[in-house]
Amino acid sequence: MPVFDGKELRIVGFLCNWCSYGGADTAGVARFQQATDLRIIRVPCSGRIDPLFILKSFQGGADGVLVSGCHPRDCHYAEGNYYARRRLELLKRFLPVTGIDPDRFEYTWVSASEGPRWQHVVQTFTDRIHTLGPAPLLADPLTDEEMAGLQRQAEAGPGCACQQ
Amino acid sequence: MKGLEELKKEIVEALPNLDLVIGWEQGYDALHATPAFIKTVEDVDRLILGPLCVHNLATYLPSLADKKVGIVVKGCDSRAVIELLQEKLINKDNITIFGLTCEGVVSKNKLRRKIGDLGQVESFTVDGDTLTVTTGGKENTVKLAEVRLDKCEACNYPNALVFDHFIGTPVDRADEGRKEALTLAEFEKLSLPERFAFWKQEMSRCIRCYACRNACSMCVCRDHCVAMTRNPHWLSQENNVGENWMFQMIHVMHLTGRCVECGECERACPMEIPLMLLRHQMNRGIKDVFDYEAGIDSQTKPPLLTFKVEEDNIPERDW
Repeated sequence: MPVFDGKELRIVGFLCNWCSYGGADTAGVARFQQATDLRIIRVPCSGRIDPLFILKSFQGGADGVLVSGCHPRDCHYAEGNYYARRRLELLKRFLPVTGIDPDRFEYTWVSASEGPRWQHVVQTFTDRIHTLGPAPLLADPLTDEEMAGLQRQAEAGPGCACQQ
Repeated sequence: MKGLEELKKEIVEALPNLDLVIGWEQGYDALHATPAFIKTVEDVDRLILGPLCVHNLATYLPSLADKKVGIVVKGCDSRAVIELLQEKLINKDNITIFGLTCEGVVSKNKLRRKIGDLGQVESFTVDGDTLTVTTGGKENTVKLAEVRLDKCEACNYPNALVFDHFIGTPVDRADEGRKEALTLAEFEKLSLPERFAFWKQEMSRCIRCYACRNACSMCVCRDHCVAMTRNPHWLSQENNVGENWMFQMIHVMHLTGRCVECGECERACPMEIPLMLLRHQMNRGIKDVFDYEAGIDSQTKPPLLTFKVEEDNIPERDW
């Protein structure tokens, strides 16, 4: 990670197994150049995605979250993406009140054969997140001083004053 | 809220067929009402009605689903009853609803800001829209309109929407049009980073007492709340900004398309965190996308339990 410090942001992608994950695979097999900021999580269907997955990602410090599933009418389970579409649209409209830029979250549809489209989605979204920069954090990271304090406590073990 | 005598009469008549009736009675001091559980005719005398009757009593209904229950509801509370009926969490045959018409209820926080410490209230009287509060030997007069809860400022449903017995005469506000929460419009003047900083500050004050959840009439999971399970482990027991924020997000997400904006979460919050902002925003989305409001019609299907192949208001994704 330190090698990429400042160059790479953390983008979490939730991809459905049947279409978008296949699409990402197609793009990979075809050796399309893609940004490497995206970390993909494979889910059975976009209908499996609880909007809380996305909020949890933001809580954990994600700079952007991308959701991708089968095109409407193409869902492997016939109707999972229709439910997902409603939930994700509502989440996108909800985000502004939390102060998280709604542009940090996007959902889209990519089928297994659409390698070039996947490349386009990844590139566009990554560029967008890079324009926005790192997301604000809910929890400020520990300072060097606090880290050193923790280190001292750990080294002192059970004898440390904080254990008494 | 008027018609205490009428309400008492209706309850006495209905009581023989019911296990209990839930209303309000005087609480531990002049300024507090508390829920009253009426089982006998003598209990009926304890009933009160007025701007102190803030509680949404529908919160008790799911846990009393196997009993014959009578319940007194204001306009906002009645929406919670409808939503519970809609979700089949309660059975209409088991409940008897006494519907009220309401001019607004008192926010104790606003009252405190107006007249100072409310620890020692000697008396509280209501005369029309004027409230007289005696505290520490000093008499204060305030207008109800000045100390109403925020939800009452933008109230769209002053009359109970579902009832078996209606008390008093419904007020007509149809000509005023639909109102949206003023607090949200005010909040939206902030930029996104300011809003984020605002919630960070508010969530650092949250003590995760779960009062917002316990007061919520739509939080029916109770002991199975996802916030407290270890599997899935959505939240740890840590009380920090991130976990508190996540808890509130869980609450909002689980209320999507269900929240009837009764405002109980915000009222119950001991830290005065403006939780309703989050709910208003979500409900605005529901209104804009599905032209739907929760708790209006018990026959309609909540928007997240169904779908359309071609959605009316969700644009096609173009990339």
